[in-house]
Order: sequence, then C-alpha cells, then structure tokens
Amino acid sequence: MKASATTEAQESLRLSDILARHETELLSQWIDEQMSASTLRRDLMKESELREQSEQFLSLLRQATRSENLKDTTRPEWEGVREFLIDLSGSRAAQGFTPSETATFIFSLRAPLTELLQRADAPPASVRAATVLLDKLGLFTFEGYQKSREAVISRQQQEMLELSTPVVRLFEGIVALPLIGTLDSARTQVVMENLLERIVETGAEIAIIDITGVPTVDTLVAQHLLKAVAAARLMGADCIISGIRPQIAQTIIHLGVDLQNVTTKANLADALRLALQKLGLTVGRKSEK
Amino acid sequence: MPANESKELPLRTDDDIVRMRQAVRSIAIETGLSLVDQTKLVTAASELGRNTRIYGGGGSVKIEKVDNGIRRGVRLTFEDHGTGIPNVELALKDGYTTGGGLGLGLGGSKRLCNEFEIDSRPGEGTRVMIARWKP
Repeated sequence: MKASATTEAQESLRLSDILARHETELLSQWIDEQMSASTLRRDLMKESELREQSEQFLSLLRQATRSENLKDTTRPEWEGVREFLIDLSGSRAAQGFTPSETATFIFSLRAPLTELLQRADAPPASVRAATVLLDKLGLFTFEGYQKSREAVISRQQQEMLELSTPVVRLFEGIVALPLIGTLDSARTQVVMENLLERIVETGAEIAIIDITGVPTVDTLVAQHLLKAVAAARLMGADCIISGIRPQIAQTIIHLGVDLQNVTTKANLADALRLALQKLGLTVGRKSEK
Repeated sequence: MPANESKELPLRTDDDIVRMRQAVRSIAIETGLSLVDQTKLVTAASELGRNTRIYGGGGSVKIEKVDNGIRRGVRLTFEDHGTGIPNVELALKDGYTTGGGLGLGLGGSKRLCNEFEIDSRPGEGTRVMIARWKP
C-alpha cells in the first residue's frame, strides 16, 4: 500500500499547492457559480456574507489538504472543515434554506475546481480524488442540515410536552387540566405526573380534566383518563371530566366505555360550578342597594 | 379525492396512527358525513389502526371514498401480516383483551360503523374492512 499512500500524498500536495496558488481566481469563479445557481437565495443571504463564507472555506480546505490525506475526512486534520460545514448547514437550515440550496455551497465548487486542476495539468487521479472529496463534503453538509433540523424537531417536541400539559389552579382546592391534542402514551405519562404533583402541591380536593381540545376519545384515551381519575382518587382528590361534546358522548356509548363511576360535565363552567358546590361554596351576584 | 379513489397509508408507528386519523377525518368531511358520523368513523379507525400496529406488528390502511349509486360513504381496510386472531368471536366480545387494554376496541368499532368485516388467519394476518355511509 506504500505506493498508493505516496500517490495520495502527492495528489493532496498538488491540490493544496493549486489551491494556494490560484485561491483568488478559484474564489471568484466559485462565487460566480454560486451567484448564477438557480438555488441562490438572495432573499436569505447577502453576497458579502456568501463571499466571506466561501473565502473561509477555501482557506480551511487548503489547510486540510496540506495534511496529505484526502480520503478520510473524519481525521483530526479535517476538523476545521467539518466544524465549518456543520455551522454553515445549521445556520442555513435555521435561515430557511432547503437541503439542496445548502449543499449547493459545496457542489458548486466542483466545476471551477475541476477546471482549474485540468488547466494545471493535474493527472486524472488527482481530479478524481478532488471530486470524490467534494462529494463527501457535500454529503456531509446534507447530514449536518438534517441533524440540525432533527435537533429543532426534538426540541419542539420537548417544548410541546411541557407546554401542552399545564395544570392550573382555578380556586382554593380546585385544579384544572385542560387537555389539548392527541393523547399518546408519552404525553399521557407527563400529563398524569403533572396532575398528581400539582394535586399534592396545592392540596387540591377536586381536579377537573377538560377534554374539549381532545379530537378523538377512543378506548386507549378513555383508559388513560380512567387511570388518571383512579390515581387522583387514591391521592384524595375527586376528579371531574369536562368538555364531553355530544359527538364524543355518542361515540363513547357505542364503544361501550363505562364512565358511570366518573363525574362528567359538558363544559368547564359546569364542572367548576359543581366543584364549588362540593366544597360548600356558592357564587352569587352582589346584591344591589 | 374524487369518488372511488383511494389512498394507502402505513401503520407502523404511533405517529402513523395520528396521521391516519387526520386523513380519515378529512375524507369523512369531504364525503359530507355529519360531525357525529365523522367522530364515530375516526374513533373506529383509531381502534383498528392501533390493533394493526400493536397486535398485527404493523401494516397498512386503505382509505376509500365509495359511492353505491344511492349513497356515499367512506371505506377503510386495515391489513397486517401478523400472527392473526385465533378466535375472532372471542376477540369481538366486550372486555376480552390479550394486551391489557379495555377490550372494547374491536367490538366497539363494529358498533361505530355500518359495515364491518373481519378476516383473520392464524399465522397469516388480519384484514378488517369497515364502512360508514352518509344517511
């Protein structure tokens, strides 16, 4: 393998030499290429910013190619390039670029670089090595883009889990849990925990679970609700389920779910009235004099 | 989606079930089902979709707008290649479950729809077809 290692070293040296010698020329051609690409987003990025990024990338690429290793971009000498591309794809994903628009940054360098190498009489192996390298870096930006998007999605999911399960105190001794959206297993777990914790914290005697915002109540959702009611009861709190719309009521009957042991109300206002009543409180209009 | 056209969705993850429910609801609205009928159909779809995913080890659903010349409706066909149901009659009985649920899903879906057909072969899989017609 010694021979091939030497060739590779020569190719990388040649590439770094050519990059060093023709950097300005290559930069201007590359920028032209990027400016004329159909994927250019003038609305999202200024030319000066693009120029700055391109300049920075070429200098990092030149440093990395000096390492005599063009094949394995996971090696430490490529760290600068990798970090730069991760930052770039992350920031472009955040700015609203599509993955193709983002990867065009690297892929548009291919034509000017190949041309430059050919003009400098670089052997075909060198040209091939350079294009393979650019392909690799291009795919790397794709991955970076994807990862940064995934990070955004998972953060949003986390936020939603927290946001969507607020337990609010309606009155002394009464808490309410307005549920909105799909009750899958992960969310239900968080909802239950929040509810039980808040019952302890507030010493509430009555908990109202409002399902006005739950589009579908099937047997799984019903089972989750029944479990929540049973758990709250074990902690000494009575539950009222409110927000049962007419279509949901009819569906529950057909499904055969037994909610007879659970106090239910059509809306939150009725549930609150019942809760106040149970606590021996009344709400009345101030008598006018 | 014009009448008699169909679309097929996978049922492999919990997210697939959410998407399937949304698709069924929007087709039920397009077909002109009332709010109560939409809710019944979506709830039945949710039950059967979950069965496909959990007991059938994943599968797919075909959502069709149907028109028999007199009435319009929506037909759903759930299909999996799981272990099948050894005793369909028992599985349809309220309160019977092998998975820790309420045991009402299958029988409940039957009551929520106008048509219900189940074909299950142990070792081969299960196919459930339901339809809800606009009165």
